[in-house]
Amino acid sequence: MSALDEVRSRLLALHERVVDTGPAWLAPLRRRGGASFAAEGLPHTKLEEWRYTNLAGLAKQQLDLAEPGGGDVSRADLAALASPVFACSLHVFVDGFYAPKLSALGAHVENLASLSEAPAELGGLIDGKQHPLAALNTALLGDGALLRVPRGARIEEPIHVVFAATGAVRNPRLLVIAEAGSRVQVIQDHVSLSGDTGFTNAVTEIHVGADARVDLVNLQRESNASFHVSNTAARVERDGRLESHVLSLGGRLVRNDLTLTLAGEGGDATLNGLFVGGGERLIDNHSLVDHAVPHGTSRQLYKGILGGASRGVFRGRVVVRPDAQRTNAEQSNPNLLLSEGAEIDTKPQLEIHADDVKCSHGSSIGQLDEDALFYLRSRAIDPREARDLLTRGFAQEVLGALPVEALREGLGNALEQALAAAGSSVS
Amino acid sequence: MLEIQNLHARAGENEILKGIDLSVGAGEVHALMGPNGSGKSTLANVLAGQPSVEVTEGSVLYCGRDLLAMAPEERAREGVFLAFQYPVEIPGVTNSYFLKASVNALRKHRGEEELDAIDFLELVRDRMKAVEMDEKFLSRAINEGFSGGEKKRNEILQMALLEPRLAVLDETDSGLDIDALRIVADGVNHLRRRDRGMLVITHYQRLLEYIVPDRVHVLTEGRIAASGGKELALELEQRGYGWLEKEPEGAAAG
Repeated sequence: MSALDEVRSRLLALHERVVDTGPAWLAPLRRRGGASFAAEGLPHTKLEEWRYTNLAGLAKQQLDLAEPGGGDVSRADLAALASPVFACSLHVFVDGFYAPKLSALGAHVENLASLSEAPAELGGLIDGKQHPLAALNTALLGDGALLRVPRGARIEEPIHVVFAATGAVRNPRLLVIAEAGSRVQVIQDHVSLSGDTGFTNAVTEIHVGADARVDLVNLQRESNASFHVSNTAARVERDGRLESHVLSLGGRLVRNDLTLTLAGEGGDATLNGLFVGGGERLIDNHSLVDHAVPHGTSRQLYKGILGGASRGVFRGRVVVRPDAQRTNAEQSNPNLLLSEGAEIDTKPQLEIHADDVKCSHGSSIGQLDEDALFYLRSRAIDPREARDLLTRGFAQEVLGALPVEALREGLGNALEQALAAAGSSVS
Repeated sequence: MLEIQNLHARAGENEILKGIDLSVGAGEVHALMGPNGSGKSTLANVLAGQPSVEVTEGSVLYCGRDLLAMAPEERAREGVFLAFQYPVEIPGVTNSYFLKASVNALRKHRGEEELDAIDFLELVRDRMKAVEMDEKFLSRAINEGFSGGEKKRNEILQMALLEPRLAVLDETDSGLDIDALRIVADGVNHLRRRDRGMLVITHYQRLLEYIVPDRVHVLTEGRIAASGGKELALELEQRGYGWLEKEPEGAAAG
């Protein structure tokens, strides 16, 4: 039996264990997810979409389910990890289980598993055949966050959803429904308690209603021994606006899939990303932007910083359908390599089937600018500090665009650590 | 203070400096003139320690120390400053962060206490006033989107903050209008002191109306072709460089 088949069996065994637990509506949903996952299995490197990312290593990760109740995690543990914490609307899940003791309840957020019936939107944006790991998330679905923002409501305080991990398989699930004309900011924060060798398999679905606006920050700073797979799917209706910021600072193997459909005219999406790799880590970002209707705008900027023997992958596809005239789509993936051993495979891709559009795409791979280094050194600055300054400067374009001021300020330490790890093998 | 002897240097395949002898004493201002491509900027870069320029022969002593053996940051900490002809733009790093890091690196080296944000702001505001620079440039990324004149002013601001013992200005006057030129000249004159030396590289005589040099040197084809008092600059203005370039090799050294 291959490693992937073995992992598949172990994960399906977990599914069998939980399939009939919790509210009645969950079982059929889980079964459908389980069937899709069983049929497709784990993606393997013969698939073009998974060429560079081999999941066989999952066999060595901790693949059990944790006990409900949030383990021994204390508020202080969390504050140390998930800083800055927004005490006003904080929702904490530990190894996938809702931790009410650690959460400061705000309005609008509910635990999925405590609902008496399934939200109609749940699972609607996920293609389980295309994304078997997303189907696996559904197969193991339990606790999760449902954020529903009523028509016209403007939520001032960012909603902070923390997924803390101590080990084990966890299935973070977040469903955001921003009804017409509403406004909300969500911070999805994945953190590890030390020594986490587990597997995160997250699914996030976002419905941006007509004229609604959603800012989503997906901040991933798990341990450098965890496996982290995430699948985010968003649908933007007429004149709706989505800002997504995906920051990948941790994880041994990281794969983020982002699928965005601009389904209503005048939809507008900003997709930003920053990934920092060091050691032998792998960070893979895949995105698909579907311009289905006219007058849509999408701007994508993913920046990679890779040191040591780390590897990055960026594949961005933008599809402009025949009807989607007056589309404006930009895509760019600049990368900074800090060492000889680091590697990036980047492939921006445009598929345009309409004739009246404005589209651009590009990627670049470079090292730190020697002239800039010399300039800083000629002003008495230590070469090491000069390198750090330039590397942070490269990241700044993405950091500076974060929608929440406190994050821009407070992320310093997490980024610093990730950069230090990335740069540690610089000769 | 600065003793350059028989300096040869190359950038890539090309030998650009072919035996420079030049000394600048404490308290002196020397002007270095010469046509494009004569090696003026290469000399400035050698003094600052630009890694892409390779010294193949000769020596440079700075205050009795072997300057060429020092790393660029060491030179800066010991008081060598180059105002760049083309200062680089560095996106994502604010000018204020950079200037503070620079000032504090220098203070640390001198065993002085590093400035906190408030003290630094007070210092930088004072210096910015002197070079007539708007405070908004503190929060901008280093030189990014600055006009040519703004970049040069930013160089002079750095010079005013770091208070070097040996300042080398590489065509800081090029492309400046008369007001900006006056500010640059004021910055230099303000630093002029008995224990400081300056090497002012320029293309034009007009800067030397504001900064009156003790000595003027003419560089052509990698060698000093002539040296003299300030009147030499005037002569160059009238006659151009042609009469120096045509002299046979070696005849004009010194």
